[in-house]
Amino acid sequence: MIELDRAGRSFKVRRSLVHAVRDLSFTIAPGEFVGYLGPNGAGKSTTIKMLCGILTPTSGTVRVAGLEPSRRRTTLARRIGVVFGQRTTLWWDLPLADSFELIRHLYKVDRNTFRTRLDELTTTLDLGSFIRTPVRQLSLGQRMRGDLAAALLHAPDVLVLDEPTIGLDVVSKAGIRDFLKRLNAERGTTVLLTTHDLGDIERLCRRVMLIDHGQLAFDGTLGDLMATAPDQSDIEEVVSRLYTGSGTA
Amino acid sequence: MVSLYARLAWTWTRAAAAYPASFALMTVLGIITTTLDVAVILIVFANTTTLAGFSRDEVLFLYGAAGVSFALCDLLVSNIDRVSQHIKAGTFDTFLIRPVSSWLQLTTDRFNPNRLGRVLQAVLVLGYAVAVLDLEGRRLWMIPVMVVTGFVIFAALWTLVGAAQFLLTDAPELGNAFTYGGQQLTQYPLAVYARDLVKGVTYVLPMAFVNWQPGLYVLGRDDPFGTPEFMRFLGPAAALALVLAAGLAWRQGIRHYRSTGS
Amino acid sequence: MFGVLRAYILIALWQARPGLAGYDIADAITYCFVTQAFIAPMQLFGGGLAIPERIRSGDIALDLVRPAPLQAWSFAEDVGRASYLFLVRGIPPMLVGAAVFGVVVPGDPGRWAAFMAGFALAVVVSFGWRYLIALSVCWLIDDRGVAVLSMVLTTFFSGMMLPLHIFPGWLADVARSLPWAAMVQLPTDLYLGKAAVMETLAFQAFWATVLLVLGALATRAIRHKVVIQGG
Ligand SMILES: Nc1ncnc2c1ncn2[C@@H]1O[C@H](COP(=O)(O)OP(=O)(O)OP(=O)(O)O)[C@@H](O)[C@H]1O
Ligand SMILES: [Mg+2]
Repeated sequence: MIELDRAGRSFKVRRSLVHAVRDLSFTIAPGEFVGYLGPNGAGKSTTIKMLCGILTPTSGTVRVAGLEPSRRRTTLARRIGVVFGQRTTLWWDLPLADSFELIRHLYKVDRNTFRTRLDELTTTLDLGSFIRTPVRQLSLGQRMRGDLAAALLHAPDVLVLDEPTIGLDVVSKAGIRDFLKRLNAERGTTVLLTTHDLGDIERLCRRVMLIDHGQLAFDGTLGDLMATAPDQSDIEEVVSRLYTGSGTA
Repeated sequence: MVSLYARLAWTWTRAAAAYPASFALMTVLGIITTTLDVAVILIVFANTTTLAGFSRDEVLFLYGAAGVSFALCDLLVSNIDRVSQHIKAGTFDTFLIRPVSSWLQLTTDRFNPNRLGRVLQAVLVLGYAVAVLDLEGRRLWMIPVMVVTGFVIFAALWTLVGAAQFLLTDAPELGNAFTYGGQQLTQYPLAVYARDLVKGVTYVLPMAFVNWQPGLYVLGRDDPFGTPEFMRFLGPAAALALVLAAGLAWRQGIRHYRSTGS
Repeated sequence: MFGVLRAYILIALWQARPGLAGYDIADAITYCFVTQAFIAPMQLFGGGLAIPERIRSGDIALDLVRPAPLQAWSFAEDVGRASYLFLVRGIPPMLVGAAVFGVVVPGDPGRWAAFMAGFALAVVVSFGWRYLIALSVCWLIDDRGVAVLSMVLTTFFSGMMLPLHIFPGWLADVARSLPWAAMVQLPTDLYLGKAAVMETLAFQAFWATVLLVLGALATRAIRHKVVIQGG
C-alpha cells in the first residue's frame, strides 16, 4: 500500500543542505497499523508530506496505492486521508457542517453515501454538539475530531496521521484511539501514525518503525521493539535508549 | 470545474454574508475607487480634446474593455496572489491534500463577491463608449472576444505572479507591479507610451492584446506604431501562450514548494 | 512603474496642451517624479502606523499609560520612518525619472530651502491625517473600509493622480483648499517654484495644526473610552 525506495528529501537552508529524510526504504501492506516514531526533527512529518504529495522527494521513489504522490496528487487524494494534529485542514471561518459539505463536493461523494458516513462519524466521534460551530471557535479536541471526520468522509484506503493526539486530555485520547482501532479492524483501513505519546503505540500498533536523522533505525513488531532492551519493561525507557543510541550513529 | 468553482465561491460568499455591512461598504468603496480612474480620464479630457490622437470616448472604450477584463479577474482569480501569505501561515499544505487542483482552490479561497461592483462599473463605461462611438457593425464581434482574451491574459498574469511567490515568498508585493501595473497600462491607448515600452508589452508580456490591438480593430484605426493589420487578431493566440507559460510556472512552483518545518 | 506610466500620460497631455497650468513639459515630468518620491515617506497609499493593530489586540491600553503621549510618540516614530523611506524609496524614483526623462533641478538654494520646509510640513500633515484615520478604528468596526476610503481621497485630492491645477473650475478650487493639497501639490509647486512661498507654507502649517489638534482631541477621547471600558 505504501512503498518507499531509497526516498530522500533535502532542504536548502542558507546555502547548506539539510537532509530531512535520506535513503529511506520501507513497505507497508494493506490493513497494517504502523506506528512511526522518532525524536524531534527526525523527519517524520517530512515523510508524511511526501506520502501525500505535498513535498516532492529529492531522491528515490515513493508510491502510495500504486501512485507516485507528487505526480498524481489529486488522484491519490481520493484514496488517502490525512490529519495534521498541529494544524487543521478545515476551513477556519466555516462551520464544521459547511466544511464537510464542501468536502463532499471536492471528493465527489454522492449525497446518500455522504449522509450515512457523516451520521456514522457524528455518532462515533460525537460531533453532534458542535457541528454548526465555526472551526476557529472549536476546542483542540473538538477540532481534532472534526479533522478526523473530514479525513474519512471519502472512505480512504490509507489514513496517515501526524500527531493526532497532541494536546488532548486522557478521555479524548482514549476516544480517538478506540475509533482508530475500530477503523483499522472493521474497515481494514491502512493506518500510519506518528506520535510522541507511546501510549498510542502500545495500544494501537502491531508494527513500529523508528526513524532518526532521516534514516530508519528500527522496524519490527512491538515485541521486537521491547526485545531490543531486555532489561527494561517500560516502553518509554526502551525508546529513549534507541533515540539516544542511534543519535550518535 | 466550473460547477466546483461555483460551489467553492458560493461557500465563501455565504461566509462573507455574515458581515453584510462590511460587504456593502467594500462594494461601494470598490466602485468609488474605480470611478476615480474614470474621473482622471474625464479631467484629462476637460483640458484637451485628444490624447495622443485619441478622443475621450475612444479612451473610455479602451478603458472600459480592459476594465471589464481586469475587474472580472480581480473578482474570480486575484485571490491566487495570497500564495505567500498561505506559505508563511503554514496553511498551504491543505490545498495539496484535496483531490482538486490547487489553482482552483486558491482562486476561490476567501472569494468575496464585493468586487462585483467594479465589474458593473466597467461594463457601464464600456456600454456608454460603445453607444456613443458610432462603431462599424461588422467590427463589433471583436468586443466580446477582446474582453475574454483580456480576462485570460490577466488571469494568466495573476497565476504567474502567484507562482513566483513560491520563490519570492518574502516579497509578495513585487507581483503587484505586473498585475496592477498591467491594469494601469491598459487604461490608456498605448500610443501615449514610448515605442520600446509598447514593443515590450506586445512581444514579451502580451498586454497589448488585452485591449489595444483588438481595440484598434473595433475603432477602425491604424496602429500609430505601424504594426500590421493581422496583429489585431492575434489576441487569443497570445493569451494561449501566456496561459501555457503560467500553467508551467504554477506546476514548477508546486514542485518547489517546501512546506514548513512543523 | 506607476510613476513611469503616469509620466507618459502627463507628457501626452502636455504635448496636446503646452503650457497648461503654467507648467511646461519638463515641469510636468518633474511633477510626476517628485510626487512619486512622496509616496513612501508620506505613506500616501495608507498604513504606516501600528495603531489599528494595537487597538484590535488591546495593546493600545499599554500605549496610553506610557509616560510619552501616544500622539507625540507615534509622530516621532513616523518622522523617523519618513526620513528613512525618503532616502531609500524616495530618491531612487527621482533618479530613474532624471535618467529616463530628465527632471528639472532647481539651482537656487532658496527654492531648495522652501521645498524642504514644505516637504517637512507635508509629512506632518500626512501624519496628522493618518493618525486620525488610525484612531477611527476605535469607533468603527470595519477599518479596512476606512483605510480604502482614506487612500482614495488622498491619492485623488493630493494631486497624486493629476496636478490639482488642471481639475475643472470649482473642483480645482475645492481641491486646493483641502488638507490633501498640502501633502503633494504644494510642496511640489515649491520645488518647481510655482507657488508663493510664505502663503504656501502658512497654508500647510494651518492644516498641520488643525489635524494635530484634532488628533490630540481624539487621543483624549480614546483614552476616556479605554479607561471606561477597562481596556
Ligand atoms: N520546510 C522546511 N524547510 C527547511 N527545513 C525543513 C523544512 N521542513 C523540515 N525541515 C527540517 O527537516 C528536518 C525534519 O523535520 P520534520 O518536520 O520532518 O521532523 P519531525 O520528525 O516531524 O519532528 P517533530 O517530532 O518535531 O515534529 C528538521 O531538521 C527540520 O528542520
Ligand atoms: Mg512533525
